[in-house]
Amino acid sequence: MLLDVQNLTITFDTKYGPLTAVRDLSFSLKMGETLGVVGESGCGKSITNLAIMGLLPTQAKISATRLAFEGNDLVSMSERQWQRLRGKDIAMIFQDPMSALNPCYTVGHQLVETLLVHRDFSKKEAWSESLNLMEQVGIPAPSERLKAYPHELSGGMAQRVMIAMAISSNPKLLIADEPTTALDVTIQDQILRLLKDLQEKRQMSLMLVTHDLGVVAQNTDRIQVMYAGEVVESGLTQEVIHHPTHPYTSGLLAGHPTAEVSTKGKARLPSIPGMVPDLRHRPQGCQFHPRCSYAQDKCRREMPSDAGPTRCFYPLSNGRPA
Amino acid sequence: MLKAVLKKILNLIPTLLGVSVLAFLLIRLVPGDPIMLLLGERGADPQMYAEMKRTMGLDRSLLHQYFTFLSNVLRGDFGYSIVSKRPVLTEFLDRFPATLELGIMAMTFAITLGIPFGIIAAVKRNTIFDYSLMGAGLVGYSMPIFWWGLMLIIVFSVKLGWTPVSGRIDVLYEIERHTGLLLIDSWMSPDGGFAAFKSALSHLILPALAMGTIPLAVVARMTRSSMLEVLGEDYIRTARAKGLPYVRVVIVHALRNAMVPIITILGLLFGSIITGAILTEMIFSWPGIGKWIVFSINARDYPVIQGGVVMIASLVILTNTIVDVLYLWANPRMRQ
Repeated sequence: MLLDVQNLTITFDTKYGPLTAVRDLSFSLKMGETLGVVGESGCGKSITNLAIMGLLPTQAKISATRLAFEGNDLVSMSERQWQRLRGKDIAMIFQDPMSALNPCYTVGHQLVETLLVHRDFSKKEAWSESLNLMEQVGIPAPSERLKAYPHELSGGMAQRVMIAMAISSNPKLLIADEPTTALDVTIQDQILRLLKDLQEKRQMSLMLVTHDLGVVAQNTDRIQVMYAGEVVESGLTQEVIHHPTHPYTSGLLAGHPTAEVSTKGKARLPSIPGMVPDLRHRPQGCQFHPRCSYAQDKCRREMPSDAGPTRCFYPLSNGRPA
Repeated sequence: MLKAVLKKILNLIPTLLGVSVLAFLLIRLVPGDPIMLLLGERGADPQMYAEMKRTMGLDRSLLHQYFTFLSNVLRGDFGYSIVSKRPVLTEFLDRFPATLELGIMAMTFAITLGIPFGIIAAVKRNTIFDYSLMGAGLVGYSMPIFWWGLMLIIVFSVKLGWTPVSGRIDVLYEIERHTGLLLIDSWMSPDGGFAAFKSALSHLILPALAMGTIPLAVVARMTRSSMLEVLGEDYIRTARAKGLPYVRVVIVHALRNAMVPIITILGLLFGSIITGAILTEMIFSWPGIGKWIVFSINARDYPVIQGGVVMIASLVILTNTIVDVLYLWANPRMRQ
């Protein structure tokens, strides 16, 4: 098991009381596997990533029965140990590549810097390895681009640079946090294909975090749907996409445009009513029940467990309550 | 980059022309007749008055006078001091190194302490370090220079006897003038050496401290707020996610970006050094241009005031240009 997360809970102390951003989250990731993490904004996806990278802000309190990478406990790790892990075994790319690169330094500087931290390179070797990496992520005229500043790149180029930086130390796990959200649609596909390609070539595990079900459908082996800091449904991607059992998953899928809907013209995409709950005032019972059209009394009183593939008392079958 | 720098330098020309116009008009807008002032009672004699007016060129049109002034200034001729009868430029150059030395020392003090203090306060925000540093900064910023200077003299010179009260160096030392900066000249003089250097330094410390306190507080507070903003940026998260040591993240990735507003503030502070110099030099009897200007204003020495304004303003503009160039260094996005 590459990454093993059991009962992860992350709480923030705020002025208005404790806020549980992630609650009782359990999942695991095998070597070479691709996991899609899906959910609306504010459902704890990015916070989970930061916890795995050890980059949570200091106000965050973290507890877990197990949070381990390659069998090593992450919760008790010192900052020095984290520095050896971050960027080397676990790498991460972010939503907005333009702001994720330091505007004051050239692309080459930032790539070389990464290589020098984790790999035993001279500056010259690091520079030529940077060229090599730039080629691998499909950047044309790489030697010129290395001398460019981030503001001189397009969004897609900048994300390719971020990917080059992320894979520079041959990480075992790459976390891509909404890697295509800030990019043009035409570029999105290229970036996703590049990620998939690199993942297969290098046999690394990929955690693809997104709010877009279309992104995970083609690019992941497994999927887990998150809502209000909990996993509500998980399983093989094709299984979940074609036969969602949790009403939330079903709602997300229904809200995704398909060729059929868009040619109908006037038809509006169905959307899930309401909003993600305020995490300081969580509803009793199932977290999704205020927005669920199938909710019953039991859903309002009791919390469904995550023991099965779906965190629901009345899982759907073929899009309807059983 | 080079093109942008050249553009900045070309921009100097219209600004300097503007300064010359202002300095020229200012003196003519002030009530009072320079000829009467020069001649005193003899000005009652119309012949003498007309004679004087002609020799000073004041009978010509304003435009003519301005261009005469401008062409003289361009040739380095700022006229003669009414009081000392020496060329204004010579007077200025005699005193400027003293102010320069004091200013450099004060700013060095402000920068070398202010930036680290600001960084520490930002990294340890909302801790006792942060609160005490920023509290001290507020006190420093609010302190009037003349009061603070006197306090320093009372404590360090009078009570403790650690430093001299005034002047630039002990009268014992006969220092030959090379650069005009005593910290350097003291080493080069046959009479000098370490003892002379030490004397010059001990004379310099208190005025520099008095003059540098407000800039120190401004730099520290600016560094803190600028660092706080930058530390929340995405690229800082990237730098940490790359596994860089935190110190490197703060110094290399955050500080470089935070420098942009700090440099802007430094430019303004360098400009305001003259104001600080006027007060500081009066308190510590420092023979620089601050004291000279105050003395000349009291004596209504118009050529000195006029020439002094042009030279001081040019210096401020020049430092601002240097700051602009530094700005380009700090912020690659500005280079196009």
